[in-house]
Amino acid sequence: MAAVQETVDRVRQIDVDQYRYGFETLIESDKAPKGLSEDIVRFISAKKNEPAWMLEWRLEAYRRWLTMTEPVWARVSYPKIDFQDLYYYSAPKPKKTIGSLDEIDPEILETYKKLGIPLREVEALEGVIRPEGERRIAVDAVFDSVSVATTFQAELKKAGVIFMPISEAIREHPELVKKYLGTVVPTTDNYYATLNSAVFSDGSFVYVPPGVRCPMELSTYFRINERNTGQFERTLIIADKGSYVSYLEGCTAPQRDENQLHAAVVELVTHDDAEIKYSTVQNWYPGNSEGKGGIYNFVTKRGDCRGNNSKISWTQVETGSAITWKYPSCILRGDNSRGEFYSIAISNGYQQVDSGTKMIHLGKNTTSRIISKGIAAGRSQNTYRGLVTAHRKATGARNFTACDSLLIGDQCGAHTVPYIEAKNSSALFEHEATTSKISEDVLFYCVQRGLSQEEAVGLVVNGFVKDVLQQLPMEFAVEAQKLISISLEGSVG
Amino acid sequence: MTALLEVKNLQVSVAEREILHGLTLTVNAGEVHAIMGPNGSGKSTLSHVIAGKPGYEVTGGEILFKGEDLLAMAPDVRAAKGVFLAFQYPVEIPGVATMTFLRTALNAQRKARGEAEFSTPDFLKKVREVAGSLGIPQEMLRRGVNVGFSGGEKKRNEVLQMALFQPSLCILDEMDSGLDIDALRIAADGVNALRSPDRAMVVITHYQRLLDYIVPDVVHVMSKGKVVKSGGKELALELEATGYAQYEDKAA
Amino acid sequence: MNVAVAKTDRVEAADETPFALARSRLPGSGAVADLRREAYDAFQRIGLPHRRIEDWKYTDLRALMREVLPLAAAPDAEALARAAAALKLHAIDGVRRLVLVDGVLAPSLSEFGDLEPKLSLRSLRDILAGGDAALQKELFGLDSNNPMIALNSAMMTDGVVIAVADGAKLTQPLHVVHIASGGAPAAVFTRSMLKLGNDSSATLVESYIAGEGAAAYQVHDSLVIAIGDRARLDHVRLVEDGREAFNITSSAIDVGSHAHFNTFGMATGALVSRYQAVINVAGEHSRVETNGVNLLNGKQHADTTLVMNHDVPHCASREVFRAVVDDRGHSVFQGRINVRQPAQHTDAKMMTRALLLSDDAEADNKPELEIFADDVTCGHGATTGALDESLLFYLRARGLPEKDAQSLLIQAFVGEAIESIADDSLRDLAIGAAARWLEARA
Repeated sequence: MAAVQETVDRVRQIDVDQYRYGFETLIESDKAPKGLSEDIVRFISAKKNEPAWMLEWRLEAYRRWLTMTEPVWARVSYPKIDFQDLYYYSAPKPKKTIGSLDEIDPEILETYKKLGIPLREVEALEGVIRPEGERRIAVDAVFDSVSVATTFQAELKKAGVIFMPISEAIREHPELVKKYLGTVVPTTDNYYATLNSAVFSDGSFVYVPPGVRCPMELSTYFRINERNTGQFERTLIIADKGSYVSYLEGCTAPQRDENQLHAAVVELVTHDDAEIKYSTVQNWYPGNSEGKGGIYNFVTKRGDCRGNNSKISWTQVETGSAITWKYPSCILRGDNSRGEFYSIAISNGYQQVDSGTKMIHLGKNTTSRIISKGIAAGRSQNTYRGLVTAHRKATGARNFTACDSLLIGDQCGAHTVPYIEAKNSSALFEHEATTSKISEDVLFYCVQRGLSQEEAVGLVVNGFVKDVLQQLPMEFAVEAQKLISISLEGSVG
Repeated sequence: MTALLEVKNLQVSVAEREILHGLTLTVNAGEVHAIMGPNGSGKSTLSHVIAGKPGYEVTGGEILFKGEDLLAMAPDVRAAKGVFLAFQYPVEIPGVATMTFLRTALNAQRKARGEAEFSTPDFLKKVREVAGSLGIPQEMLRRGVNVGFSGGEKKRNEVLQMALFQPSLCILDEMDSGLDIDALRIAADGVNALRSPDRAMVVITHYQRLLDYIVPDVVHVMSKGKVVKSGGKELALELEATGYAQYEDKAA
Repeated sequence: MNVAVAKTDRVEAADETPFALARSRLPGSGAVADLRREAYDAFQRIGLPHRRIEDWKYTDLRALMREVLPLAAAPDAEALARAAAALKLHAIDGVRRLVLVDGVLAPSLSEFGDLEPKLSLRSLRDILAGGDAALQKELFGLDSNNPMIALNSAMMTDGVVIAVADGAKLTQPLHVVHIASGGAPAAVFTRSMLKLGNDSSATLVESYIAGEGAAAYQVHDSLVIAIGDRARLDHVRLVEDGREAFNITSSAIDVGSHAHFNTFGMATGALVSRYQAVINVAGEHSRVETNGVNLLNGKQHADTTLVMNHDVPHCASREVFRAVVDDRGHSVFQGRINVRQPAQHTDAKMMTRALLLSDDAEADNKPELEIFADDVTCGHGATTGALDESLLFYLRARGLPEKDAQSLLIQAFVGEAIESIADDSLRDLAIGAAARWLEARA
């Protein structure tokens, strides 16, 4: 490996020579030049006022990254990414307070209309009745004013929950960040995770103290206007002993991002008796109808059920991105811990999805459940890739997996690649998978009863994904359901 | 004379929770005992421990069968010695034909007792005879053990085995559960036909109904892991009228 | 003589490879010799496959096999006598026996006479040495991107080449028996071929057995099958190799239209075995049933890797696989169903189940679906677990000793795969092999 180190050193030198001068002014300008080097990493760290240990952590990741190669095992194909042709840092837009609906981007409002969700009336229309004292979800904060968000912060603070951008957490709670960052997804984990470790811009940090049930659903969304969505988000959520938190990521508004590559990392840690429920609705720009543009979404998400009786549940609705490469996983380390993965992955046009999960059973009597629903339409390719493994000491491990694929049209592909590894005789694994198309008879029946072809498809698809939708918080589920119909527009007829 | 079954001060735990708290019961050959009690009183636990089901920890007391230490024996040894448990929920064994199963089990028991194995014609003759008297069609015997059997058929299959193996102690665990009145009568007739001076039966049930068909000599009331009252068959009728509530207080 | 090895961690001298050492003994010259050379080059580009090659993730031959042994010597009279003794123990009635001893056809143990009409039998050696260039080329037609196929192509010395003409319905099963005579540890390289004409039918049985004293020998076998339109092939293969042996077998099967292919494989022997089959369902309205069983204990490792290619519409395939693993055994099942875009109305199902009898046993399942046609019903299922405690207790409460109760449940478990064998006596043969394994265990 000496040769590699030499190369690393050399690259570092060249970079320094080339960019040292430029950076004197660039630091003022809030924008880094294209390309990636150690100085860019330093620049990002400096911009965030990070302590020295954090910079060192990033640099170590960066040096490691230089020695790595892009993974090729996923069933996706795309032109080679020129990592020197990307921006790794652009400054956040000035903070914008939302006083009324008028200030929201008209395009977002338009999308909501398309979704059939008038912002103010959403609760009334969907019949959501909140009993006194029930948790509110963060999405309300967008509709209401900033003062509401502030109220939330106060409420969270009262409960002892830390919820802030990770860049702030690095400064304000370095002991917590140091203790947990990179312990679930090590900086050496994989090409994209390592890249993220070097250049992550921002993300969320959540710490729920022992015994606390987080009083509301946490969402990235209400902070989304406070900062630019980075290409390299980093999220770290820790649920201490006996605590609970539900976290929602993304929203149904299309986050049209011109950036090509997104490589986020999400790390979850649950201690004894704690639970994290993590829900995602992803609707990044999927590219146009000819397959041009769109986001490469190369995400590493992993949860560590570190404590006994702890639980991590992933729910995802993936409808966007040109390429999705994403395997939210659970390491079931604590005895009696439980992992869940509920997924809807919809691909249309030229989208390519390679997504699934890993359930790694290490502790005794650990259980996991995987429900994956893949829907391929247009000329898309949709792959479920999953690993279930029970190690020697995982006595009594249990897994149930069901992955179903639905094909709409004859130009798309649906693939299932499960790895099922049992190294313990008391482990009980059950896996089933099916691939089918929408029944012509059912479609005809619906159409004969007056539904349009597309409505009929929407109806059938919603039935197909019902098991997963039920796992989402109610308000989210309603939106996701409508989003699914929109994603499949133009897939029939 | 040695009693057929003697349960002395039996204490049993499951997952470190004590279920039986010192249960004593003596059953002589020729007798039919009924054990009644509310759900969770430990009735099924007792039947499982006598048959040797794994997962129960005996923390105190003993069980003697014909004077021998039953707890020291493996479940199959107990079966060969003459202990038969009619399961509340007989399991389904796909891929093992009922006929194959019956022959394998019967010959295993005979072999363990040092008796000659049945020849195939003798065996077939015997099974047909017994199955015929219980109204079990031949077609059922060709299917996998209990696979696709109705609740009544499963219970009849249990009685068939009892008749075939001729055990000296029959424990009937909630034999009436899931049976309609006709199915119950057929099963009970089969059991009654097996009553004999050298055989004892322990009938475990929640309801008095079964005891209209299989009339006991002795009735025990179990509550919270103990026998709290014993009496004649009239005790069952009394229970039907008054319910178990009074005994639950007594056990506490 | 030096023992030649294909070690991966050192560059071996060109004249030390098993190929170079055996070259003068390999039948065929000219074009055949060139094809051998190319195949060996293809093998050497990768060498013994290892776990970083996706297809070999669970069967790392570099770690398990370490080296390719030199080509076995042709059997002498003593070897043939040991083989004959072994054969006696595994003889089946009513079949036409074709015996390979240490990779060489043994006419004295085989029945080449009184052929049914429209049946032709030849030895691979004769064909490679003789003139039929088209057939020679066909015999080299297997995918040499797979290193173990490439190695086999380079080194193949003998085998049975069977042709069944159009319309022939063979009444007598063909039984190809591979016997390791028990000489010095060495490798055998064989390839057989079966061509079934249109409207014909046949039954092919393959057995792998060992003579007294056979130790760590290696079997490298391959099989090429072409099934004509409206033809039917029943195929049974039983791996009962010696407990220290290696058996790496590859097969390529093309299925015509309205045809029926029923294949069953069982591994109870060999230390390490891998059966890799590619089945091309190339004619419409055909049906394929593949069933398999691994019964493993000790440190046995058995890998069944099946690729089912559906290229045309209106075909059906069924795969049923069962693994029973005891001690430190390791069972691998990889099954991939590829349904290409034209293959509408494909009905493909795969079910794999593993039973682990010991805490050190391992079962890895990778059932894959790759589907490009929308009007299909495809599915797979996989389960892994131990024997059901409640069933075991029920049986024991009825008087069955523990091992007997286990055996009964294991027999029922593998029975679901075995019952697919159409021929009664062949089914009994498989049941017998399973029973031998269970007896040895008890």
